[in-house]
Amino acid sequence: MIRFQQVTKIYESANKTVKAVNNITFQVEEGQICVFLGPSGCGKTTLLRMVNRLIPITSGTIEVNGKEIHSLDPIALRRSIGYVIQQTGLFPNMTIEENICVVPNLLGWDRVKMKKRYNELMEMMGLNPDEYRKRYPWELSGGQQQRIGVARALAADPPVMLMDEPFGALDPIIRERIQNEFLRIQKDVKKTILFVSHDLDEAIKLGDTIALFRSGELMQHGTPDEILSQPKNEFVAEFVGSERALKRLSLFTMRDLVSRLNPADRKSAGKRDLRHTVHMDTNLRTALSVLLSSPTGEAAVVDDNGQISGVVSIADFERLTGIHPSERTSAVQ
Amino acid sequence: MRGKIAERLIRACLFLVVIAFLGWAFATGAFQFMLDNLDDLLHLLQQHLKLVGLSSLLAVVAAVPIGILVTRPRFKKFDWLAVNAANIGQTVPSLAILALVMTYLGIGYVTAVFALWLYSLLPILRNTIAGIESINPSIIDAGQGMGMTPSQILWKLEIPNALFAILAGIRTSIVINVGTAALAFLIGGGGLGDLIFTGISLNDTGIMLSGALPVTLLAILLDVVLGKMEKWIIPKGLQRHLET
Ligand SMILES: Nc1ncnc2c1ncn2[C@@H]1O[C@H](COP(=O)(O)OP(=O)(O)OP(=O)(O)O)[C@@H](O)[C@H]1O
Ligand SMILES: [Mg+2]
Repeated sequence: MIRFQQVTKIYESANKTVKAVNNITFQVEEGQICVFLGPSGCGKTTLLRMVNRLIPITSGTIEVNGKEIHSLDPIALRRSIGYVIQQTGLFPNMTIEENICVVPNLLGWDRVKMKKRYNELMEMMGLNPDEYRKRYPWELSGGQQQRIGVARALAADPPVMLMDEPFGALDPIIRERIQNEFLRIQKDVKKTILFVSHDLDEAIKLGDTIALFRSGELMQHGTPDEILSQPKNEFVAEFVGSERALKRLSLFTMRDLVSRLNPADRKSAGKRDLRHTVHMDTNLRTALSVLLSSPTGEAAVVDDNGQISGVVSIADFERLTGIHPSERTSAVQ
Repeated sequence: MRGKIAERLIRACLFLVVIAFLGWAFATGAFQFMLDNLDDLLHLLQQHLKLVGLSSLLAVVAAVPIGILVTRPRFKKFDWLAVNAANIGQTVPSLAILALVMTYLGIGYVTAVFALWLYSLLPILRNTIAGIESINPSIIDAGQGMGMTPSQILWKLEIPNALFAILAGIRTSIVINVGTAALAFLIGGGGLGDLIFTGISLNDTGIMLSGALPVTLLAILLDVVLGKMEKWIIPKGLQRHLET
């Protein structure tokens, strides 16, 4: 768990002072991803880098897993926190294996253990360990380099990770793929992660919670659904934009919608036009797009076995207005 | 690709110049003179090597640590001073430095070594500072963020990543030093300058070239050997920069 209490950062330079982070209090639960979101210059990076003491705090306290960070040795603190940055920061003078083993090396692991860990991490990233072992960072694509960056941060299995726009420099297709991989990995490793982004879609996709900032102040901290369906103020509403209803659909899957329909309303497949189908696990934003392209305004819902389990129409989406993702698990069971 | 072609062209031209130089030396009887006075020649060559070796060694030992020191956060304020001193120093003619040092230390071997040392410092200092400062800041940031100590950052990140620039500075400095050391004779430091200046004052091109030729060949030889050594020392991950 990470707890921020009245955290403030003031940059003093010769002719002016900048309040980059202003009296921020909130906490991120263990095993969750919290995305720091907000316009450029709102203090996301500053807040993130105060957690591993790369930037000294002006006032307030930050606790990581119950310990105030200023009671710890900064070097030891940093070794216990994974750190990933946008420009990858891979070391050009070291091989991929050496890069990944930087922190284990600093911690004095033995060779066998490091080698084993390297293999493990590369498998996890979907890269062949032997193929890359002796290669250098510049021989890799941007997407591969960023995977290595993430693997390097995970190397010593830190409970907490700080990630500053790690996928910001990648093209949309690669970014999407890495985001999916990242979520898959997080399911296994369950780290507490602070993740800086300026992309709302990325925040909705990756965040268990989103912390939205404006010029150093915390505007709202909540689940993506809360941010989208109950914006606390004008700024948040404007930031999530007029597409928020549409974006919110990506939080749900077809399964959520189908389970909400009254059995009486469930339309049977019958003799309908079934050329348009959606899978149970498709998110509703994509499903809506399928429905809109279907001439009848309807589509068949297909389960894992390829069996058609029902038909939905655009009108069924009305059911969703009252539901929030927290309720959907109980609804499915 | 274009860089490679240009490099080959320049090499070919240089090669022709050296050949022409050799031909000229042969025509003026420099080779005959060198063979007749082989003992003297070897003695002077040895003196020359000693001048260059000692002053360059001391320059490396002093300039690299100074360059590293002024790039530490604590001394960041002084690094413009060092860079400017290095740049201005480089524009002062070597002969002027020799003269200047001589007025304080008198003539002799020590004066020569000191003047050569002073002149050799600058390219090494400048390249060391530039090499360290041109390292991508995100590399250092990542190192700090992962919990490297300042000395680990220096030894594992800064020096390896600046090594190309540092070694290039050392090589340039040594090659220049071979030429400059020919002036040491003027202040009683000995070396191959002896033959060159004797040749000039006697108006005997043969004698002059019998000193100039070894100096030239020595400079070229050192340049090639040091270039090979660079490839050998620099971390493989950074060698891409050597080829392009
Ligand atoms: N070292 C510094 N000295 C003075 N002001 C700074 C310094 N670093 C950041 N700032 C200022 O603090 C504010 C917050 O900067 P920060 O880098 O945290 O923003 P950010 O939210 O990460 O922005 P971006 O999305 O562009 O990365 C900005 O106004 C910035 O100009
Ligand atoms: Mg930032």
